[in-house]
Amino acid sequence: MTRTSRLFVAALALVGLVAAGCGSSNNDSSATTAAAATIAPTPKVTGDLAVFAATSLTAAFNQIGPAFTKANPDAKVTFSFNGSSTLVQNIKDGAPADVFASADQANMDKLTSASLNGSTPVVFAKNKLAIIVPKGNPKGITGVADLAKPGTKVVLCQAQVPCGNYANQVLEAANVTVTPVSQTENVGQVVTAVTTGEADAGIVYVTDVQNVADKADAVDIPDDINVVARYPAASVKDSKHQEADAAFISFLTGSEARAILEKYGFEAP
Amino acid sequence: MTRPAVVSTTARHRRVGSERLPAPLLALAIVAIAFFALPFIGLLWKAPWSEAWSILTSPGARTALRLSIYCSLWSTALATVFGVPLAWLLARVAFPGRGLVRALCTLSMVLPPVVAGVALFYALGRRGLVGQYLYRWTGYSLPFTTAGVIVAQTFVAMPFLVIAVEAAFRQQDTRYEEAARTLGASRWYTFRRVTLPAIRPGLVAGAVLAWARALGEFGATITFAGNFPGRTQTMPLAIYIANEVDPDEAIILSLILIAISFGVLVALRDRFLGGGSPQPV
Amino acid sequence: MTLEARLVRTLGRFELDVELEAKPGEVVALLGPNGAGKSTAFRCLAGLLPLDGGRITLDGAPLDDPGADVFVPPDERPVGVVFQDYLLFPNLTALENVAFGLRARGLARSEARARAGSWLERVGLGDHAGHRPRALSGGQAQRVALARALATEPRLLLLDEPLAALDVGTRGGVRRDLRRHLTTFDGMRLLVTHDPVDAYALADRVVILEAGRVAQTGTLAEVTARPRSRYIADLLGTNLLRGEGRGGALVLVTGAGVVAAEPVTGPTFAVVPPSAVALYLTQPVGSPRNVWPSRVVDVDQQTDRVRVRLEGPVPLVAEITAAALAELALQAGDRVWAAVKATEIATYPA
Repeated sequence: MTRTSRLFVAALALVGLVAAGCGSSNNDSSATTAAAATIAPTPKVTGDLAVFAATSLTAAFNQIGPAFTKANPDAKVTFSFNGSSTLVQNIKDGAPADVFASADQANMDKLTSASLNGSTPVVFAKNKLAIIVPKGNPKGITGVADLAKPGTKVVLCQAQVPCGNYANQVLEAANVTVTPVSQTENVGQVVTAVTTGEADAGIVYVTDVQNVADKADAVDIPDDINVVARYPAASVKDSKHQEADAAFISFLTGSEARAILEKYGFEAP
Repeated sequence: MTRPAVVSTTARHRRVGSERLPAPLLALAIVAIAFFALPFIGLLWKAPWSEAWSILTSPGARTALRLSIYCSLWSTALATVFGVPLAWLLARVAFPGRGLVRALCTLSMVLPPVVAGVALFYALGRRGLVGQYLYRWTGYSLPFTTAGVIVAQTFVAMPFLVIAVEAAFRQQDTRYEEAARTLGASRWYTFRRVTLPAIRPGLVAGAVLAWARALGEFGATITFAGNFPGRTQTMPLAIYIANEVDPDEAIILSLILIAISFGVLVALRDRFLGGGSPQPV
Repeated sequence: MTLEARLVRTLGRFELDVELEAKPGEVVALLGPNGAGKSTAFRCLAGLLPLDGGRITLDGAPLDDPGADVFVPPDERPVGVVFQDYLLFPNLTALENVAFGLRARGLARSEARARAGSWLERVGLGDHAGHRPRALSGGQAQRVALARALATEPRLLLLDEPLAALDVGTRGGVRRDLRRHLTTFDGMRLLVTHDPVDAYALADRVVILEAGRVAQTGTLAEVTARPRSRYIADLLGTNLLRGEGRGGALVLVTGAGVVAAEPVTGPTFAVVPPSAVALYLTQPVGSPRNVWPSRVVDVDQQTDRVRVRLEGPVPLVAEITAAALAELALQAGDRVWAAVKATEIATYPA
């Protein structure tokens, strides 16, 4: 092949790739018009969704995702789990998210006050806090007050992360001052610190302790000082799959997702 | 007889060696310079100068900076105390498996720092390979402590010093050490009075590199030592967290760190970048 | 009190096996071509290279005795060393250099500097005490190196090619100074050199080293009168032959016979001055008993004298006039006949 013809073929290939890329978004708009035109009981949902979700939702969402795809075979869901405060900052910085599921209202508010949400937030689950200790409770923690005992290594989330914010509320309600040895970016890191035996205790969601029941125990936090964590979800304004986003969020509030969430210890909204 | 090719006067007056870079190469070099300069210019452009002073003097910033300097100096000291003998061993003693040992000791240079942090955790944590004994006997464990920060920084920074010092040892003229021995100097005296002064430039360069690396260490620190203001929250960690909560603060803190590192590099540039031939000092 | 040494050491393919002796009051020179083993011997004596076999004893005390598992490291030997490149510590002044050995042995700073100062005075460099080595000339550096070695008051002083690092112009003056300083030292002195002029000027006794063995010892006069090594013979520019004496002839290893003026028996050396070798294009018939067919290897013209190197049953160097060369029109590869009168050949037992 001569040099010019090689260049020509390469250019053709490039054009083809671009056309294919444009083609898929064309498909979406055609799906939208199709869905709007025909009022079908189950709307045809397509797209590759990027869902930014709080760390505490990891186990449950990893089941909900495939369930959603089973119900909507043309839709795929990919999750990004981290502390809600980190996630919302990423979205504000322009990260390509389609749906944001936060562990508290405060971080969802950061999205809505910046007018970055596509849909109105909907609460789809509730949670409570618990104290997590290594299996066997070696330091004999019985309640929130024990966290302040000298020599106890307590790990908490950073204050702007939902679990950190909630934990501070609990500590304030219990009138206990705790100096943590570390402040983590998300609740998963608190769990790890405790399950590896490095920390003596942490404050996490009850759902988290349930997930690592073989490596950790929970110490209850009485309801009168505990918080009710509300999990809102909303689509992101710049998402290119608004109808798929809406389908996912309504799936979250549907019976199948609710069963999965309850299995993992969440409460109904 | 053929006529010699006509040579333009400019070409004639240009001496080889002081030639200018060919235009395409010059363009690439300029792009490279822009590549390095742009991020810093971006920071300077976005910096909230009106709040700069209050951020600079805020307790959080001062604490993080003080902790960073404290830990990085300690790490550099430890890297020197342990790194120089290691470098000497690698340079002078031909033992079996030397290549492997050298690779092992410099591995953390190419390792992602988070990997180093995780590995340190499972070695020196409360239930770690060695850490469990430390905890059992003394009730003390390194994670979540300032000492842990120093350990993490030393782990990633020491190879820089080892490599620089090993090179200096290899380049050294060992005959001076022989002369010292014949004059009655013991091995230790010779090491102190002849060898160390001889490798001083390499040692300084290695120490500066190690210090800079320790100062900027993030991944291993946050994974192994955790994050708490005043105890383990060094400048890089503070910047990372500030970026989520208050990006303006992150910019100012970043500029502080850049200014310090830049200052040190400029001050030591001749020894560090100049290199040249090592005087047999 | 003496130095007695038998140095046995292998380095790769090279084997050293020499016996040495030095007494106070005499300067011994270790002389030989490059590769003879001089530096190996030197390093063994300094303690920088342990022996494989043999023994070094100084004043009756062993310094190195592999058989008895004794090795005294260099810093514990009463040996002072002046190195070929002097190796003055570049970051120290001349005074600090000279004081180095004293400080290393634990002497207090002020005392060490005082003594170093007086040593520098003795070698005439008192006013250079504050200079760094790079500010010193070659000769001055050599004197500082000498003072540095002597300051520790060693029993044995070793000098390695002490004048090699100097340019030819300064060498003579420095050699004289060195001789003066050496004579004031009361311990044993051993110097290593490849330059026989150094040996001549500085040494009382020479030990000729060749290929790791001692070829000959004695005063320089003795050694040159009856050379026993190719090295000395080449230096003297004379022919040295070695063979087995049988009756009136010396039989070389090539089988050729050399007729000498006197009868010889046993292993014998024969010296044939190049000027005694006559060259003929055809086989001569005449009185010379020694006539051999030879081939010219090369011709080296030096002003009006020409040295012709020959190979054959008796390898020789002949010296002829330029006119003779022109007449014979000799070139490399030519066949000639070499003739030597027996009376011109000196022989002595090997």
